[in-house]
Amino acid sequence: MVNGKRERRVKISITLLRIFIGWHFLYEGVVKLYNPDWTSFGYLASAQGPLKPLFALLTQETFLDWVDALNITALIVVGFTLILGIFERKGALVGIGLLSLYYLAHPSFPGLHQINVEGNYWFVNKNLIELVACILIYNFPTSQFFGLGYFMKGKLTKIENYEMD
Amino acid sequence: MKWTRRDLLKGLGGLPILGAVWWVGASSAVYNKKERLEILNQLNIRPSLQSAVPHIGGAPINVGIIGFGIRGEQLCRSLGFATKEWMEEMRIEAEEDPNNKVLEDFLKQDRLNINLVGVCDVFDVRAKKALNSFSTSENKIKRYASYKDMIHSGEVDAVVIATPDHWHAPMAIEALNSNVHVYVEKPMTHTVQETYALRTAVEQSDAVFAVGHQHRQTLSFKTARDIVEKGTLGHVSLIQTNTNRNDDNGAWNYDIHEMANTQTIDWEQFLGSAPKIPFNKNHFFRWRKWWAYGSGLSGDLLTHDYDRLNCVLNMGIPDSVSTSGGIYTHNDGRNVPDVLQVNMEFPRYSVGSSQSKGKEIGMTFCYSATLGNGFNRPTILMGHDATMELGNKLTIWPDGSSTRYADMLENGKMQPNIPIYQYNPGATVPDAISSATSQYFADKGLMWTYIDGVRVDSTFLHMREWLSVIKNGGKVSCGIKEGFEEAISAHMAGLSWKLGRKIEWDANQEVLKPITGVDFDEVLLSNGQVEMVPIVMEKI
Repeated sequence: MVNGKRERRVKISITLLRIFIGWHFLYEGVVKLYNPDWTSFGYLASAQGPLKPLFALLTQETFLDWVDALNITALIVVGFTLILGIFERKGALVGIGLLSLYYLAHPSFPGLHQINVEGNYWFVNKNLIELVACILIYNFPTSQFFGLGYFMKGKLTKIENYEMD
Repeated sequence: MKWTRRDLLKGLGGLPILGAVWWVGASSAVYNKKERLEILNQLNIRPSLQSAVPHIGGAPINVGIIGFGIRGEQLCRSLGFATKEWMEEMRIEAEEDPNNKVLEDFLKQDRLNINLVGVCDVFDVRAKKALNSFSTSENKIKRYASYKDMIHSGEVDAVVIATPDHWHAPMAIEALNSNVHVYVEKPMTHTVQETYALRTAVEQSDAVFAVGHQHRQTLSFKTARDIVEKGTLGHVSLIQTNTNRNDDNGAWNYDIHEMANTQTIDWEQFLGSAPKIPFNKNHFFRWRKWWAYGSGLSGDLLTHDYDRLNCVLNMGIPDSVSTSGGIYTHNDGRNVPDVLQVNMEFPRYSVGSSQSKGKEIGMTFCYSATLGNGFNRPTILMGHDATMELGNKLTIWPDGSSTRYADMLENGKMQPNIPIYQYNPGATVPDAISSATSQYFADKGLMWTYIDGVRVDSTFLHMREWLSVIKNGGKVSCGIKEGFEEAISAHMAGLSWKLGRKIEWDANQEVLKPITGVDFDEVLLSNGQVEMVPIVMEKI
C-alpha cells in the first residue's frame, strides 16, 4: 500500500513533467508555424562550439527551408505525443534529438562567449536539463497512467482492479 | 466495455491541454504578425532589391590600371584579377581558418567582360608584380612608363586610377580628353580648381566617368533613402558619423618595401605637382600623411561618410563648414590631422516635417574622427519622429516625443527603446519590432549581405556598373555631380581646419565665398595648419 502510494506520486510527478515538456515543445512549434517570417538562420549562423561548421552549412539556402520545416514538425510531434500520452517514448527520443542539437549549437562550454542566455551556465544549461528530463520520460512511460495509452488493450481492467485495492 | 468518467479524464485529459496550447500559440503569433504588419504598413518602407545590370556584351573592354598599390590591387581583384602572391596568402589563411571565405568569394565572383591590358606604376616592384600575375601568353599585359603613354597608346578603352590624391585629377582629365573612360578613387580631386577643371573635362568628353564610392551599391543605403523620403524619421536635424581607428595601418603607416630606392622608384613622376623634395620612402609609401599628396581624414575618410549620407539624403554641398582638430595621436612628422571634428551646416535643408509648417528646417552633419581609439560609434540620423542607425543594416527607433507616431506610442504599440523597423539585406524579410535576439545577431554583423545566395563585394558591383554604362549607356551612381559635391565638401573641411575659420559656399554662384588675401588652393597644398596661419595674416 505504501509502495503503491509512492508509485502513484512518482507517476503523477513524471506525468506532470511529461505534459509540461510537451506543452513547451508544442508552444514553440505552433508559434513558429503561424509566423511565416520565422527562420532558424540567426540561431544557426551564430552557432558556436565544435559543430559550428555543420550548423553554418545548414544556413545555406538549399538546406534552410528544410531545417525550418523539420524543426517545426519535430517540435509539434514531441508536443502531441507528450501531451496526449501516445507514442511518448518515440516522442521523447525526438525531443532528445532536438535538444541535443540546440545544446550543441550553443553549448555552455567554458571559454565560449554565451549569447542569448538569461543566466550563467557551466556545461549544464536548461536545454541539457530538459534533455535529461526527456530521458526520464523515455524510461518511465506514463501514458497508460494518464493519456491515450490508458485505452490500450487490457489496461482498463488492470487499473480498475488497481482502483479496487 | 464501459468507460467511466474517470477513464475518460485519464485517457483524454491531454486533449484540452493540447487544444489550449495550440490556440494560444497560434493566436499570439497571428496577433504579433498583425501588429507588426500594422507598423510596417504605417511605415510603408520598401526594401531595395539589387538593380539588374544589363549584360556587358560585345568585345571585351580593354582596361588599364594606373597605380598598383594597396587599393589598386583591391580594385583589380574586383575586376577579377588577383595576384599569385595574394591567392597563396589567402589559400594559407583559409587553411588556417576555415571561416575565411575571402578566396572562395573571389573565385565565385562573376567574370566581367574585360581584358586587363596595361599597368602603370612608378615603383618597379609593383608593376612587375602585376605583370607576373596577370600577363599570359594569350593576354600580354604592357607596362607603361607613364600614364600619358598608356592613355595615348590607343590600346586602352578605360583606366582605373588608384594613385595618390594629387594625381587623380590630372590623370582623369588627360584620359577624358582622349575619350578614355575613367574610374577614379576618392577623393575625386586634390584642389578646388581641379574640381572645376575635372567637371568641365567630364562635360566635354564622351567617356564615362565614375568615382570610386562603392558604398553607393549597398542595398541598405538605397533602402535608407526610401525611409527618409517617406518621412519615417521626420525632420532630421542632426547627423552623427564617425571614424574610429587605433592601429598603424589605420593611421596610414603602411609597410615600406625593402626594395624601394631611387633605382626602383620614379620619384620625379611620383612628385608631379608636389613640392620638389629629395627621395623619401616615408613620403612614397605613406603619402596619405602629407597634404602635398593626400588630404588626411577630410579627404580620405570624411569623404566616405559624406558620400554615404549624400547618397541617402542628397543634401549636396553644405552652406558652411567649421573644422577643428589636430595631430594628437601620431606625432610622427605628418602634417595632416589625426583627430578631426567637421561640422557641416545645411540651414536650408529639409527632408520634410510632421509638425507645423516652417517650424523645422536645417540640419547639421557632424563628422567626428580619431586615429587613437577604436570604439565603434555608429552613424546616426536624428529626426523628430525617429532615429536611424545606418550601416549594412538599418535600425529605426521611434522618438518618445514624435508627432507622427504619437498615437501608436500612446496606446503602447510603439516604445521608444524598441526598434520599429530593422532592415537586413542578408535576412529573408524585414523585421519590424525586432526581438532582442535578432537585434543581437544584426549588431554582430552575422547577417551577411547576400545576392542570390552569394556574398558580394560592393566594389565589384560598383565597377560592374561603370563597365555596364560604358557598354550599354545609362548613368553611374557616383558620377561627376556626386564627385563634385564630395570633393568641394572635403576641401571646405580641410580649408577650415587649416585656416581655423568657417568656410562658406555660395550655392548660386557655385563658388567658395572668397576670403580676402587667401588663395584656397595654396592653403590646401601647404604644409599643415600651424605654418599657414601666419602667412595668411602677413598677406592680409
